[in-house]
Amino acid sequence: MRNKYSIFSLFKNALSYHENWQRAWKDPTPKKEYDAVIIGGGGHGLATAYYLAKKHNMQNIAVVEKGWIGGGNTGRNTTIIRSNYLWDASAGLYDHALKIWEGLSQELNYNVMFSQRGVMNLAHNLQDVRDLKRRTHANRLNGIDAVYLNTQEVKKFCPIINTSQDIRYPVLGGTLQKRAGTARHDAVAWGYARGADEMGVDIIQNCEVKGIKRNGDVVEGIETTKGFIKTKKIGVVAAGHSSVIANMAGVRLPLESKPLQALVSEPVKPIIDTVVMSNAVHAYVSQSDKGELVIGAGTDDYISYSQKGSHQIVEGTLNAILELYPIFSRMRMLRQWGGIVDICPDASPILSKTSIKGLYFNCGWGTGGFKATPGSGDLFAHTIANDEPHKLNAAFNLNRFVSGDLVDEHGAAAVAH
Amino acid sequence: MFLINCPYCGERDQQEFKAGGEAHIERPKQPTELSDDQWAEYLFMRKNIKGVQFERWNHAHGCRKWFNMARDTSNDEIKAIYKMGEKPPPQ
Repeated sequence: MRNKYSIFSLFKNALSYHENWQRAWKDPTPKKEYDAVIIGGGGHGLATAYYLAKKHNMQNIAVVEKGWIGGGNTGRNTTIIRSNYLWDASAGLYDHALKIWEGLSQELNYNVMFSQRGVMNLAHNLQDVRDLKRRTHANRLNGIDAVYLNTQEVKKFCPIINTSQDIRYPVLGGTLQKRAGTARHDAVAWGYARGADEMGVDIIQNCEVKGIKRNGDVVEGIETTKGFIKTKKIGVVAAGHSSVIANMAGVRLPLESKPLQALVSEPVKPIIDTVVMSNAVHAYVSQSDKGELVIGAGTDDYISYSQKGSHQIVEGTLNAILELYPIFSRMRMLRQWGGIVDICPDASPILSKTSIKGLYFNCGWGTGGFKATPGSGDLFAHTIANDEPHKLNAAFNLNRFVSGDLVDEHGAAAVAH
Repeated sequence: MFLINCPYCGERDQQEFKAGGEAHIERPKQPTELSDDQWAEYLFMRKNIKGVQFERWNHAHGCRKWFNMARDTSNDEIKAIYKMGEKPPPQ
């Protein structure tokens, strides 16, 4: 049984110089067989394992991770959480996640530092204005909070934005979702790992999957760097490397993996107390609790697993940031990195069964998967446990690329992919 | 970011080029006779290889010609460049 984290446990451990904290999760060697194996120990994979154990009573399961927990895209994203998507299917999916975020710290007994500081999306031309107004109406019809702001209201909500009409792409307005915000990305992975481990889930790190064993159209297990693991159900939550696993299993996916970059500045005093995103000029920025500006850039247009993006992508984003926030002109950047994101043709995720029995994919989150972590885990666990999708992820099946019933969120997702 | 040796213009910055995705996907010869599955395969399904992949590139800000490339997507190293219509180099 885990010790509960509280102010008292903090005080008690302070007396012994914090040297006697209990391990947050074990480091087991893999068993020969599990009821289900999740490939990928990021936020989505750990959340899947957590909800499989908690809501579907499947405790004999494992999460296999080729690196360390939360060391992939979970630790590389810009931590933005919002649910202001245009289409009904997306609104249902992302708002389901947002509702879980609102109670997640209490549920996990782990402070994920969820901060509902609001997300503002800017409009820079008349088409943006029309699109954002339409999205605001669509959001409100789906029960998602959204307001449209004019230029003065944008300036009032975030005073450091340059609202001069003389800049190349002037701010004509914006939308605001107040329930949206940010969370601490590492804490989400660690909280879910600790919760899943407590219920008996084996979290196996430094264990890379080398092959998927099939008997006809049924899965039998996985070959890993730590040996063969027998299982009847495999949930693949491998983000940018989903196609690598799919190619091992002989499954065709409509994904392309591309580098996506982000960067943070040196830490400064509080200057921006919300998240501002701009699709047209591709710049988004927020400030971490440490004081760093967290800036997201765009994807390169070529397929790559190199985790290095192009310099001009970062340069373009910083140009836009400086025009919108002249106050940042002498800010120095501290770190820059790239992660590999798996993008679907319709910029919506896949949470689906496949033609192979016992093989499930949770992928295609592209540039915006972090926000969906709790909802994705919950719905994917439901799909694996029942061998049927939940009604909230039924639209995100793999078959939509055959039927043509796509969930086209490219421009509507409020950020370019 | 890397340099690309355009077969028509020589070595140029990758910024001048547009990636065109997986190469050697043949347009169906009898489009009217395709099933939905075959259309999905042609339109959407991709190998998305980690390793050497054959892909199409366009010198968008140069000669505007298309060509093919064999590139290792795990480290962006270009293995070969060959013209449209030519067969991919042996692995």
